[in-house]
Amino acid sequence: MVTKTNRDMNTKAASHQIPIILKAIVKKLWTSFKDLLPIILVIAFFQIVVLRQPLPNMGDVIFGGVLVVLGLTLFIQGLEMGLFPIGENMAHALARKGSAFWLLSFAFALGFSTTVAEPALIAVSAEAASIASQGGLIAPGADSLSSYALGLRLSVAFSVGIAILIGVLRILKGWPVHFLIIGGYVIVMLMTLVAPKEIVGIAYDAGGVTTSTVTVPLVAALGVGLASIIKGRSPLLDGFGLIAFASLLPMIFVMGYGLIVFG
Amino acid sequence: MTHFLMEFLGVLLATFRDILPILGLITCFQLFVLRQPIPHLRRLIIGGVYVVLGLALFLIGLDKALFPIGKIMAAQLSDPSFLTGGTATVAPTNWMAYGWIYLFAAMIGFSTTIAEPSLLAVALKANEVSGGVISQWGLRITVAFGVAVGISLGAFRIVTGTPLYLYIMVGYVIVIVQTFIAPKKIIALAYDSGGVTTSTVTVPLVAALGLGLSEAVPGRNPALDGFGLIAFASLFPIITVMGYAQFTHWAANRKISANTDSKERTDEVQTCTRAS
Repeated sequence: MVTKTNRDMNTKAASHQIPIILKAIVKKLWTSFKDLLPIILVIAFFQIVVLRQPLPNMGDVIFGGVLVVLGLTLFIQGLEMGLFPIGENMAHALARKGSAFWLLSFAFALGFSTTVAEPALIAVSAEAASIASQGGLIAPGADSLSSYALGLRLSVAFSVGIAILIGVLRILKGWPVHFLIIGGYVIVMLMTLVAPKEIVGIAYDAGGVTTSTVTVPLVAALGVGLASIIKGRSPLLDGFGLIAFASLLPMIFVMGYGLIVFG
Repeated sequence: MTHFLMEFLGVLLATFRDILPILGLITCFQLFVLRQPIPHLRRLIIGGVYVVLGLALFLIGLDKALFPIGKIMAAQLSDPSFLTGGTATVAPTNWMAYGWIYLFAAMIGFSTTIAEPSLLAVALKANEVSGGVISQWGLRITVAFGVAVGISLGAFRIVTGTPLYLYIMVGYVIVIVQTFIAPKKIIALAYDSGGVTTSTVTVPLVAALGLGLSEAVPGRNPALDGFGLIAFASLFPIITVMGYAQFTHWAANRKISANTDSKERTDEVQTCTRAS
């Protein structure tokens, strides 16, 4: 009798749990879908009202869209499960440990490794490589394409690492953010004068591309965590500014990369 | 199907390579610097598998959907027969003919920015920093408007083929001037908002739009003119966030001074009546 009710309760609990899990999955998928929704609406408006013609390869595009939503959901779920909590913990533990050397090397490594995994950067650098080879700037062939794309990504990742390092140093020393940014702008302008024309566009874009899904939450956690631990720093005032460096330095480094590759 | 599986496996392998630096970072620092075992190891491993799978799916979907869509829209909206109603076969070189492209660019910029979750976080923080003077919706709409203007100005630049650095340089000068007059508390936040507004989904689409446009407009070279839209989308929010902060600051000051003015006036009136 007892076992039977137990088993009943177990199956009941299990049958309750499945809808809960399903609900959670649907909710997560809906969140990623919402990212895509404005794009779908605008494109639908233009196709139906303005262009009045069906989209070519409709099936492929819809299949790709489903993959994007599914992939983004899994990706963000994975980040939230594993990477974000441990990254935040480590940032806090290192800030409390008080060793400037390890803190700065962590800052560099964090910027570098999260940028290498940034999806938007992977996509855009592959596209940049194919454009460069169409324009006859680099040798055709898959090898030279992928080495150009990898070179772009590595120079961006390296620059983001340096940027986070400088940003952390700024929080430690309490330097005002705008002097560094304005100095950066001046260097960008000087580099523009000497860099090959073909790299300027992609270099300027690299700044905005680098900082999205992976980098922003971890870097923001590092900055706010640091500023809340160090005396005399306000997390609201000093915690920000890291992302700004991370979108400024890649411009400079990618133009440098262009100088080496095309120059 | 087998073709798709092969593609998927290839991307999966490349993705795993992309994740390796993060794995190395975590293990090195946790084990050798902090000298602690990794907490919740199982969760981390499952999360890592999700990350690799998700990233691979996302990249394939991007190749199949977001990139083609951006290029198709650019090609369709700058198609000579669409622009001239079927009278010409050569695309016009006059920038005025490309009105739909500017509208499309602006709408994509506005709608994706309004829906951007990281902008929501920035707006919350800005509200907190300003002591409630900067309203969340006000900021979000201003930034989205800034991105919309930015991307459509970027499209205009591609159509006309004018050099990118001129626009960006003017933008930088505006940012620097604003930095000296904007409320101090908002500056770091405004700088950050530039990097934050361009999300993973928007970036490839906008990049493809620019490349498609530079291929379609006669006389433009994708290698020279195709990029730069994202640069506009990350510069304009900085200007609009500081501008909005300046405006609310100014409006709040005016309200306060107006209040004190009228109060002084009533005081004067009272003293006058008392004297008489």
